Amino acid sequence: MTNKNFNIILTGVGGQGIITLLDVIDEAAFIQGYDIRSSELHGLSQRGGSVEAHIRFGKKVYSPMVNNGDIDLIIALEALEGLRESEKAGKQTKILINKYFLPFLNSFSKEEIIKQLDISKKDFILVSASETCKNKLQNEVVCTLYLLGYAVGKKLIPLSKESVLRAIKNVIPEKYLDLNINAFELGHD
Amino acid sequence: MKKILLGNNAIIEGALASGVSFVSGYPGCPSAEIGDNFGKIAAKNGVYAEWSTNEKTALEAAIGASFSGLKSLVNMKSFGINVCSDSLLPLIYTGTKAGMVIVIADDPSCWSSAQTEQNSRAYSIFGHIPTLEPSDPQECYDFTKLAFEISEKFNIPVMLHTTTRVNHQKMPVEFSVIERSGDFVKGEFIKNHHQFSTMPPRTLEMKAELLEKIEKIKNFSEKSKINFVKGNRDSKIGIITSGVSYLYVKEAMENLEIDLPILKLGFFYPLPTKKISDFIKDKKKIFVVEELDSYIEKEVNILAKNVNCKLEVFGKNVLPEIGELNTEKIAIALAKVVGKKFVPFKITKNDLPKRTARLCEGCPYWYIFPVLKRIAPDAIFGGDIGCNMIANLAPHNLSDYMFAMGAGIGISHGVKKSTEQKVISIMGDGTFFHSGIAGLINAVYNKSNLLVVILDNRITAMTGHQPNPGMGKTLMGDATEELSIEEIVKACGVKNIKVLDPINMKELEYAVKEFLVKNDISVIICKRICALLAKRQSAQQHDQ
Repeated sequence: MTNKNFNIILTGVGGQGIITLLDVIDEAAFIQGYDIRSSELHGLSQRGGSVEAHIRFGKKVYSPMVNNGDIDLIIALEALEGLRESEKAGKQTKILINKYFLPFLNSFSKEEIIKQLDISKKDFILVSASETCKNKLQNEVVCTLYLLGYAVGKKLIPLSKESVLRAIKNVIPEKYLDLNINAFELGHD
Repeated sequence: MKKILLGNNAIIEGALASGVSFVSGYPGCPSAEIGDNFGKIAAKNGVYAEWSTNEKTALEAAIGASFSGLKSLVNMKSFGINVCSDSLLPLIYTGTKAGMVIVIADDPSCWSSAQTEQNSRAYSIFGHIPTLEPSDPQECYDFTKLAFEISEKFNIPVMLHTTTRVNHQKMPVEFSVIERSGDFVKGEFIKNHHQFSTMPPRTLEMKAELLEKIEKIKNFSEKSKINFVKGNRDSKIGIITSGVSYLYVKEAMENLEIDLPILKLGFFYPLPTKKISDFIKDKKKIFVVEELDSYIEKEVNILAKNVNCKLEVFGKNVLPEIGELNTEKIAIALAKVVGKKFVPFKITKNDLPKRTARLCEGCPYWYIFPVLKRIAPDAIFGGDIGCNMIANLAPHNLSDYMFAMGAGIGISHGVKKSTEQKVISIMGDGTFFHSGIAGLINAVYNKSNLLVVILDNRITAMTGHQPNPGMGKTLMGDATEELSIEEIVKACGVKNIKVLDPINMKELEYAVKEFLVKNDISVIICKRICALLAKRQSAQQHDQ
């Protein structure tokens, strides 16, 4: 399939803050003058189930949904969900995974998840975003911005640090602003 | 101004720009943000907004507003139209006075819907309801404005039919912000019995007036720019599509590197049949791309008989009738239609354990479901809609049947009357006020001795924490009467009532044991605040 636009899938577990992350990426892409479409889910799926959101930006985007295989970047807020999403990854897909585990009934062990990721031979990067945010910022939820900072710093996403910082200021409520900026900077460095 | 907007928020902007002043609805996914966000901005825009007790009372409130000269917006999810249809159909006969737009948000693939994969467009046809179908947030804004114009011009409510991928899509939207005063300007009800009361023989006259109106709206639809043709007009193969499918069609054509003419229909009802006939008359093949049922395709087949009887019509013979569409499904089908090769991406299946929805940490239901299961393992369990539908899933696996809002108690009554078995029916506080009370009255009146457990978590939680009549607060944040479930249950004639905090599991256990052997109906009200709400409230107090 053609792949002129930049296609992102965000994945994780309901309640992890996927929509805030989506809003920051959407806004940053908008600031950079891209056309954008994104798609998210609310409701039942948010109650602790697997959730994914799609973002596409570029010169002209029609569909808000990313085709299987046509993904440039997957950002997974939870490891098993990262492994699950990797099924749709193509050769060019980078998979950025938070080394964080939310086990459930009949879930895989940490070791099994990492083993399966290794076997999958996909292009994945495991980052201890939640752990670092917990230790340094006393807050796990901002792992989302940490991962985005990492992706921008390592040039996994065609967004500049400046536009993301502006986007954070436009999207995040005043009282959480510093915390989110700190998480982004922490991931970026 | 240009800003990234969610489809639902674009509908709000469109309604504000159209001068809406009365908003009513019932929360459901994927439409809930319309009411939620109106609640936040209504007062400063001089708008009255409410969450009604159910979709029927929501529509009726808007009918009253329209008859009093106020423009109204009604919002609900797919199943809501089933609930309000009893008043919706006569409304199409009487017509509106001030403009009214009704947003019906379907959920193909059932992302947040339990009961059916409903295609609400069926109502447009059998109720003669003018219906527009936006593809994206920009069209949500534009079409909401147009829907108000049509409604005002023809004195008829207009349905805005959306789907999850439209309501929950974001894109930069061009819209105008109109300065509005914070004063809610009241209307005046001018008596017009002739127009507002359906009563034979007037009813049949009204039907004739309606059909005449629809003919006029059809002419409007024929000329409307929201039904347009795009792409290479010389091609002998054409595509007809509407709603979000239009976006997938554009992508699918890019993927297949073909350029076919597309007739994009913004109107679903009445369809611009002349425009469609014009489009199909010199084609060899037409591919109709629509989600779920094939309403447009059937119409195309009928029209083709007159203008192009050799036309080959493709639609549900190459596309699935179940589940939402996407670019890949359409590309596969389109490849068949044009005779091209298309190899879809092969996903490498990892057979992973499925993570389904579950009760939140600290949810009061964690205390209730295990007790019910332990004390009454052989009982029949009636489930209902809301967070308690997670009782269907592991590890609870509790519900023996689940249908629609408030349906659990109704079916449980039937089971109880028909068998010697113990029956326990659960429902949430939101459902109790929505339609559960009617089922309770029927069970009392017709002498069922079932056990009803009302899970009162003090809010309508599943759809995003909307206030309900049990909370003493309205959508706009005003204090109001806090209706007591206990008093209502008592007034319905129930003698065996127990109100308890389910965290006291022993007390719940005793109550279940005691009530299961009663000869008349019993109700246990498990009152404990939703854990997420409790956390949020304590954080808010902390901030202050």
